[in-house]
Amino acid sequence: MNGSAAYVEGAVDYTTKIPNNVNLAEDGRVLKALEQWHPGYIDWWMSMGPEGFQASEVYLRTAVSIDPKGWAKFGHVKMPEYRWGVLLAPQEEGRLVNFGAHKGEKAWQEVPGEYRAMLRRLLVIQGDTEPASVEQQRHLGKTAPSLYDMRNLFQVNVEEGRHLWAMVYLLQKYFGKDGREEAEGLLERRSGDVDKPRMLGAFNEATPDWLSFYMFTFFTDRDGKMQLESLAQSGFDPLSRTCRFMLTEEAHHMFVGETGVGRVIERTCEAMKAAGIEDPFDIARIRALGVIDLPTLQKKANLHFSLSLDLFGSEVSTNAANFFNSGLKGRFMETKIDDDHRLTSAVYPVLKFIDGEIRMVDEPALTALNMRLRDDYVKDCQGGVNRWNKLIEKAGVRFALSLPSVAFNRHIGEFAGVEASPDGKLLTAAQWAKMRDQWLPSSGDGEFIASLMTPCWERGEYARWVSPPKVGVDNKPGDFDYVRIHAG
Amino acid sequence: MTDTAVSGAAIKQHLIDPEICIRCNTCEATCPVGAVTHDDNNYVVDASKCNFCLDCISPCPTGSIDNWRVVRAAWSIEDQFGWNELPAQEEIEGADDAAADADEDDVGKLLASAHAGVGGKAVAPASAARPSINLFRRDRPAMATVQGNFRITADGAESDVRHVVLSFGATQFLVLEGQSVGVAPPGARADGRPHDIRLYSIASARDGEKRNGNNIGLTIKRVPGGLASNYMCDLRVGDTVAVTGPFGATFLMPDDTRANIVMICTGTGSAPFRAFTERRRRAMRNAAGKLVMFFGARTPEELPYFGPLQKVPASLLDKHLVYSRVSGAEKEYVQDRIRAEGAKMGELLADANTHIFICGLKGMEAGVEEALADVCRKHGMDWSRLKPDMRAGGRYHVETY
Repeated sequence: MNGSAAYVEGAVDYTTKIPNNVNLAEDGRVLKALEQWHPGYIDWWMSMGPEGFQASEVYLRTAVSIDPKGWAKFGHVKMPEYRWGVLLAPQEEGRLVNFGAHKGEKAWQEVPGEYRAMLRRLLVIQGDTEPASVEQQRHLGKTAPSLYDMRNLFQVNVEEGRHLWAMVYLLQKYFGKDGREEAEGLLERRSGDVDKPRMLGAFNEATPDWLSFYMFTFFTDRDGKMQLESLAQSGFDPLSRTCRFMLTEEAHHMFVGETGVGRVIERTCEAMKAAGIEDPFDIARIRALGVIDLPTLQKKANLHFSLSLDLFGSEVSTNAANFFNSGLKGRFMETKIDDDHRLTSAVYPVLKFIDGEIRMVDEPALTALNMRLRDDYVKDCQGGVNRWNKLIEKAGVRFALSLPSVAFNRHIGEFAGVEASPDGKLLTAAQWAKMRDQWLPSSGDGEFIASLMTPCWERGEYARWVSPPKVGVDNKPGDFDYVRIHAG
Repeated sequence: MTDTAVSGAAIKQHLIDPEICIRCNTCEATCPVGAVTHDDNNYVVDASKCNFCLDCISPCPTGSIDNWRVVRAAWSIEDQFGWNELPAQEEIEGADDAAADADEDDVGKLLASAHAGVGGKAVAPASAARPSINLFRRDRPAMATVQGNFRITADGAESDVRHVVLSFGATQFLVLEGQSVGVAPPGARADGRPHDIRLYSIASARDGEKRNGNNIGLTIKRVPGGLASNYMCDLRVGDTVAVTGPFGATFLMPDDTRANIVMICTGTGSAPFRAFTERRRRAMRNAAGKLVMFFGARTPEELPYFGPLQKVPASLLDKHLVYSRVSGAEKEYVQDRIRAEGAKMGELLADANTHIFICGLKGMEAGVEEALADVCRKHGMDWSRLKPDMRAGGRYHVETY
């Protein structure tokens, strides 16, 4: 390769098969491991990636360098030819471990021996979600409501693919044989497969339609954002740098979700107004217009919000405490929090189920870290819901979406064993069974949404249940050919 | 509105559209000078800190970051925190001229898109002559007469590229090498509105296709089914064409004999480089600076100006013509040759007199940049740092469609 040439820290290398800024060319062991993993990845992509569009040319954004101006290059690309690479944010000189027992030490460039197992587990759990969502979304292209949406879906998919690469690089670089085996495992598990499911529940649920996709990218990918943001604080510097770069890509997924649901809302309100329908609960008439009524959107939000809350794990968790104490995983925006960043004596209020009632209880802050991250998540979700409500208000419709109680429809943590209404009241099993379909999508709701999912692939055209976006991707005009469809 | 700005003078203020922004924090995390901040409601830009580096523009997932208003006094961050939508542009004289390349809106957008690959605010070479812009508009175009229309790809070749010469007669039409002109095909669209203007790079030197001829040469490829390109390619000697422009204030030839000019192109992207070469030949024959061209085509038969290029002496132009579809030969793209010429390119990139110009299809940008990045790595430089330096110094230029 270029053994004799000067090597510049941080510059992206395109001479290897895998674009990277981690000097793979001179790291023969890892380069070989990645090159051996590569065909399996492509096999996985071809068999589990977007179905029916592998030969289409998609207007994708590719990172060609890590500086702000170089990482968003747009062009028509066939997805299997996308340049998946290993890109880390630039190394900050003198960066320290910013929290936990090692606070103030120099950030680690190698894995501390005593934390190997813990760190490997964190990487595998994060890594497993990336291919899982691609698998969940693989059939959606066929019913895309526009070329614009189709392009956004595929952008999300290739970036999830790149996030898998990012985690696999860390596993192969720092965990030797174990890491290589874990990397293989990431290609072997399958979303929704009873024998070899993905590791986390929400990633084994189906994403059957585009409203589910928008909700998933808003609610479930936002969990990913919170996890990445916490891992970006890590004292293990390569993990921190990886996650910082991934966060910029994750922001695009938030965008697809928030604007996707927003556009559904706009279209529904517009159609209601045009038809002179004032009552948002006049569901049959609204559905007859071929748009999705707001109460059904509320049910979908209830479902995806509650499934995503489960991803944060138990409210009180010694694992979370260990991750923090060992300096591996921080809190959301750790360095902006004004406290001692060790939390050895602090407490944090946790919502618990005690003696038959839901109560706030102070717990040691260290073990309550999952709860804290979940609180930050709920706040972030609420911001988006508020903006959706502004759209409804602007359209002059009397309706407001809201987030259900964190006790609603839970399967993990404090409220796994109880039934609660969206406003947080405890229910008997019979009461729950009676009301369930008022709060969560019923099979009838699912059938109605499915009936709207007919493809709309003309340039500049949108399915009638969703509004066009306000701005095109990369400032492109409305009738831009975001995807040039070729069979394959 | 507060009165933090210089009184009287209008300033351009960077704003974020609160209706489109999703509050992802990417801009705040990216901004190198801490100009972006937020409250629970909005992400906003502090006008007293923003230095227009544009680092935040491309990472923004929504496009909400790319908003600008010309104001007499900057909106404070507190003003912006309270917004639910962006304020309308006030009526301020000159507010519409914010885009410097052209002041016809549609043309401005075309050029902005063509120059996007430069990755930030495009800056003209320091030595470039001052361009005239928009002397002729749509409502009062310059009328030109066709003096010639020559096919410049081989007769049998699939690609039909033409060199069209337009004379402006008694009308003064001032141009610089690197500028473009606009032509709208005659007639109207189905909805009654006139056809969109197409931009064509000028392929001749400032003093004319023929010296002091007050004429220009254009390089035009016939696109099957393309309205404008077929109109242009079918022009006959004596026909009259309505021309607007000239346009372009940054992709301009350095007027400096010491300047090394690296010209990277495919297809009709060669037009401005024909102009550059001709200018050097006529006015700066013994220039110390080098002219280096990387020109890619599928085959020699499809390479515009193949014949004339053979006659340009190596002392004037160091040419690298590369082909991707010659049977029996390995495929070669411009980026491959740039890598192969790594030693020479490394030396050039390290030289503060070197200017890089890329012109052609959008698709070539990424590959060329990757090659430049590789050359840099091999020579102890970092492209991600060099590129913004070159751009800010007016030494890096991209015009791709």
